Amino acid sequence: MALPQVKSDATEARVAALAMPDGAAWAQTARTEALARLRAMGLPARRDEYWKYTRPDTLTDAAAPPAATFDPRETPVFDTLDRIKIVFVDGVFDAEASDDILALKLKGIAIVRLSDAERFDLHWSKDIYGVLEARGQNPVERPLAALNTAFATDGIMIHVKEKIDKPINLIYLHKSDRSDAILHHCIKLEQGADLTVLESGPAAARFNKVMEVEVADGAAFHHVRVQGRDHERRAATHMFARLGAESTFKSFTLTKNGVLTRNECVVEFTGDNAVAHVAGACVGDGDFHHDDTVFVTHDAVNCESRQVFKKVLRNGATGVFQGKILVQPGAQKTDGYQISQALLLDDDAQFFAKPELEIYADDVQCSHGSTSGAIDEDALFYLRSRGVPDGQAQDLLVLAFLAEAVDEIEDPAIAEDIVSRLEAWLARHRG
Amino acid sequence: MLKIKDLHVKLEEEDKQILKGVDLDVKAGEVHAIMGPNGSGKSTLSYVLSGRDGYEVTQGAATLEGEDVLEMEPEERAAAGLFLAFQYPVEIPGVGNMTFLRTALNAQRKARGEDEVSAADFLKLIRAKAKELKIDADMLKRPVNVGFSGGEKKRNEILQMALLEPKMCILDETDSGLDVDAMKLVAGGVNALRDAGRAFLVITHYQRLLDHIVPDFVHIMANGRIVKTGGADLALEVERNGYADILNEVA
Repeated sequence: MALPQVKSDATEARVAALAMPDGAAWAQTARTEALARLRAMGLPARRDEYWKYTRPDTLTDAAAPPAATFDPRETPVFDTLDRIKIVFVDGVFDAEASDDILALKLKGIAIVRLSDAERFDLHWSKDIYGVLEARGQNPVERPLAALNTAFATDGIMIHVKEKIDKPINLIYLHKSDRSDAILHHCIKLEQGADLTVLESGPAAARFNKVMEVEVADGAAFHHVRVQGRDHERRAATHMFARLGAESTFKSFTLTKNGVLTRNECVVEFTGDNAVAHVAGACVGDGDFHHDDTVFVTHDAVNCESRQVFKKVLRNGATGVFQGKILVQPGAQKTDGYQISQALLLDDDAQFFAKPELEIYADDVQCSHGSTSGAIDEDALFYLRSRGVPDGQAQDLLVLAFLAEAVDEIEDPAIAEDIVSRLEAWLARHRG
Repeated sequence: MLKIKDLHVKLEEEDKQILKGVDLDVKAGEVHAIMGPNGSGKSTLSYVLSGRDGYEVTQGAATLEGEDVLEMEPEERAAAGLFLAFQYPVEIPGVGNMTFLRTALNAQRKARGEDEVSAADFLKLIRAKAKELKIDADMLKRPVNVGFSGGEKKRNEILQMALLEPKMCILDETDSGLDVDAMKLVAGGVNALRDAGRAFLVITHYQRLLDHIVPDFVHIMANGRIVKTGGADLALEVERNGYADILNEVA
């Protein structure tokens, strides 16, 4: 079916504002094919079913709406952890601010910038770059991810062969109020490898990011992300993960403010006995729209997936959750769980949820739930009657509400850092 | 300690008068029991005193050591030394019992201008208090009241009371849902707290709790008023003859 003219025009207008970087043949092919995918799909528009609750206009417009930079005046998240820092400023790798990845000489890990990988005629990333993204376009289209593959200007390729003790922290600084960043990362974990990737920062006025993660048999990938507090920033991010047998994939995202955020996570089980947990906690006050869109495909036996998303909203903030578990024929013994809940702190906040299960195997266990509600007045009174002041009592209940998502973070030091960020946010935003 | 004068209270939502002139004078060191049939206003009295939303005081006053409690926020009443042991303790998933107890204790201390208790000191304190009430470490670790049996919830209330050391303790039907052994344990916890500087108001349907917590005064409440006051033997009279005789007598 031909694309509607208006959609085609909008897509071409966006494409015209972008340039495809040079690179080796494999990279050019990957980018050209992605552009063809994008042109066939067209950029998302308001009427698209998958964008029913989130207006895509500002994510697809040829020019990014400006977003003022913001000084949070706090110690950056993850700052106290022993980690490898890789810094991007408005979507451009900053070698000065980053740890010298060549000098690190870490055993079992190789890190290279996208532009460097693209110069090689043969590079491991050619089997991942745009490949997982393309797989993730079916059955639901994700045009912004195809656009990313075609036009990404920077990114980092991480190849891991062993258990790496130090986490890698991708730090995204936002310094220009007109920046429009497109980053594309590929991560490949070989058999038995183990890596933690942290992401932090607002990144740019508008940020389009794709992360493709290949987790081989028995490997483990941990991901913790904190999206910046810049009020006016916009972000559309995609995570595509392909999981081998007995592998582990765990991802947690904390979002505090930001006028528009859409985080898509697409997970595919291709080997038996693997585990994938995707969790998110977001807190929004005022002009805040946060969309978690998750798609988990079970195409192997005895895999466990969990989706845990909690949103605290007030003062006109909007939350969206679209989550799906697809169990393919033969994916027996699947254990799928999905929960999405919103705590609406006043009458102006909104939450839209679209939980979906699609199951073609008969010996599976899948459950899902979605709720939205206010603070439990009885619990609040109980706490106050014991002397806990109103604001502090509310904060305790909000943290308790978020706990199921935060508990998905395995590392206690990271979890503690995340909780302290939430506490600080709550203290700033007492109603 | 607690003085209630001509207290009139109605429900905020509907125009329904619940308390119609309650007078009560509880002195330090005393234990008062309030008994009465269902719907007489006993629990309303406990909620109004502790500051729950949904009630409107239309007339009268209540003071704690001379301070007007009705003007205070619930947390201020707690810091001033008022404690309500709930008839139905609230379950709070996600908040650990230990965190809750320590937060409450330190919030009250802070409100009174006292130093906060350190984590180590708190642990010592809570372990000692918990042991007396046969509350095990697991109950302290679990979320507040979540998955607790009826008896465990009530014991947890008494533990909070023992920890916070309030001056004025109100027990709202603390005996409901307790078997005999649990009731003895709870009563023992209360009795251990009895001293010259502390007062109790025990609200109950039945006389049996008062076998274990022997009151100095028993008040019969009916239709929003205290209609009769007597000694501990008044409770026995209720147990033998029911409320009907007393209500007829005062009518």
